[in-house]
Amino acid sequence: MPRVINTAAREEILQRIRDAKVPPARPVVRGYNRTGPGGVELFAERVADYRAIVRVVSDVPGALASLEGKRIVAPQGVPEEWLIDGVTWLREPLTIDELDQADGVLTGCAVAIADTGTIVLDGSEGQGRRALTLLPDYHLCVVREEQIAASVPEALQRLESTRPLTFISGPSATSDIELSRVEGVHGPRTLEVLIVS
Amino acid sequence: MARNPVTWLGSPAFPKAAREALQDTQLRQNLRRATGTIRGRREAAVAEMTDWEMLRVAGEQIKDDVLARLDTLLVELEESVTARGGVVHWARDAEEANRIVLDLCRAEQADEVVKVKSMATAEIGLNEALEAGGVHAIETDLAELIVQLGEDRPSHILVPAIHRNRSEIREIFQRRMGVEVSDEPADLAEAARVYLREKFLTTKVAISGANFAVADTGSIVVLESEGNGRMCLTLPETLITVMGIEKLVPTWQDLEVFLQLLPRSSTAERMNPYTSVWTGVTPGDGPQRFHLVLIDNGRTATLTDSVGRQALRCIRCSACLNVCPVYERTGGKSYGSVYPGPIGAILTPQLVGDLHDPQAASLPFASSLCGACFEVCPVRIDIPSVLTHLRAEVVEAKGRTPESVAMAAAAWMFREASRYEKAQKAGALARFLARDGKITSLPWPGSRWTSSRDVPAPPAESFRAWWRKNRCQE
Ligand code: SF4
Repeated sequence: MPRVINTAAREEILQRIRDAKVPPARPVVRGYNRTGPGGVELFAERVADYRAIVRVVSDVPGALASLEGKRIVAPQGVPEEWLIDGVTWLREPLTIDELDQADGVLTGCAVAIADTGTIVLDGSEGQGRRALTLLPDYHLCVVREEQIAASVPEALQRLESTRPLTFISGPSATSDIELSRVEGVHGPRTLEVLIVS
Repeated sequence: MARNPVTWLGSPAFPKAAREALQDTQLRQNLRRATGTIRGRREAAVAEMTDWEMLRVAGEQIKDDVLARLDTLLVELEESVTARGGVVHWARDAEEANRIVLDLCRAEQADEVVKVKSMATAEIGLNEALEAGGVHAIETDLAELIVQLGEDRPSHILVPAIHRNRSEIREIFQRRMGVEVSDEPADLAEAARVYLREKFLTTKVAISGANFAVADTGSIVVLESEGNGRMCLTLPETLITVMGIEKLVPTWQDLEVFLQLLPRSSTAERMNPYTSVWTGVTPGDGPQRFHLVLIDNGRTATLTDSVGRQALRCIRCSACLNVCPVYERTGGKSYGSVYPGPIGAILTPQLVGDLHDPQAASLPFASSLCGACFEVCPVRIDIPSVLTHLRAEVVEAKGRTPESVAMAAAAWMFREASRYEKAQKAGALARFLARDGKITSLPWPGSRWTSSRDVPAPPAESFRAWWRKNRCQE
């Protein structure tokens, strides 16, 4: 299959744009804040505002007791010491149905944003392909203190744009019924963030 | 040329549609409640940002730059997307776009597709076109699903079922899903989750829109709340994204502005629950076939108007709808288009591009020019100026006809809430709003106009000046 389809339409649209003769725009003034106060405390507070669970811990394995007895997805590349005994760890390759039936998923992240209480996954080591963090109903995400960017501009600068990225701010939610927010629709209904500080 | 489906076939002109909508007290109650809530929340979300005005200015300037360099940026986007394994299609109008998508679905032998909420696909009437071609499109956004199952029309950009309250939604779900459910929003959301789960896990083709496309990287960005977007963008084998040609931003860095402006303006959140970004195809993760359909459908024509083209900066946040006193009273469906409210009043007629289309030509008059829309617009679209500009064009094109006079009078009536309320109390509003394109009579205080039999129509050059003068004579 060719990579560009319908070149007649393409040429016509591009020509119409040129014919519109839009004058050059003024240069963009970026007078907005590039950074912010940041920090663990602000990040934790903002994550909690979305009604996600937040815990600040000093080590990960000690904080995973709540997973015992559960079937938890662990993507390739999660540190070996996170895989504590007493948990049924589900490893790739996993089918859609296996993911759907898992109790939860444990991942790291690429970047977090203090200002907005957001975590960002980029599919690299310890995060897995996107379906892994979508189908299980519970997502436990580990954020290391140094991964927390203060602001959206700082976070975007740290990210690699061409990786598949998922920005997550709280559990899935909808405001479609009378504009009142309800947590838990299609994505994980429970989001827990462990901040390692 | 086929008619542009951005307006719904058979919709009456705004004054008539509004007259009918105003009689629906349930609708007005639902809307007042919903928009009142979101207005307060948006204000709080914006007040938190000390640099909000600078973000707005940057948003405006970036989008103006996009419009100024649209041809080169589109070619750049095409190169970036194709370099990463995507296929790019171009469509001049709705018909062409629909045919492209239908052919793609057929090539995948799909008779069912899942859809993420998208204004572009609503604008081109894609679902209807697919249905006619034997492909059933399942809307997966909760509000879109409510509209689809209710065999209804959307009335808001962000929350298409905003005109429905919880008990109406419950009734629709019980009837169409065959389940017992309470009218608690949480239970209704759960019903939708169960209803759609299997579709997500088994459907092979998904269709989405795009909030932004980054020219220099080829990345496409979709913001959402429920996770239905992630489902559609991740699980199917084939993804078809339909996008207006103006949805670009030049660089990856530019997203830092819009990812701050959009969530606070639309859902009044610091950040929406989920934002997905993908670039072409990623081996082993997500759809392995990706098609990007770029649609014009009236945009290049809009671009030629030096005043009107700023409507193309719109990022579809819906803040202008939520603050609009006319929208709140008449509801979204009165605008007869997928784009209602203040942005609809300036964008729809430009996309239709026919000043002699009575319905589209009535839309610029569906405003009180109070200016609240401009105040909240994250990309600083001066909607009141575009409205007056378009009104002048309509009047110039049509001459002083009964319709143009009726529209001008309707606009005047909506100017102030007090005037509107008075007229409504007098029970005469229904009589006032044009019936069959004629003004039968205006209630007091507008009766002074009709009784003089010399209803002033706006002169082409400056509606606003004319209007100010007349207002002073009250
Ligand atoms: S015109 Fe402005 S306020 Fe209205 S939807 Fe578009 S971006 Fe939002």
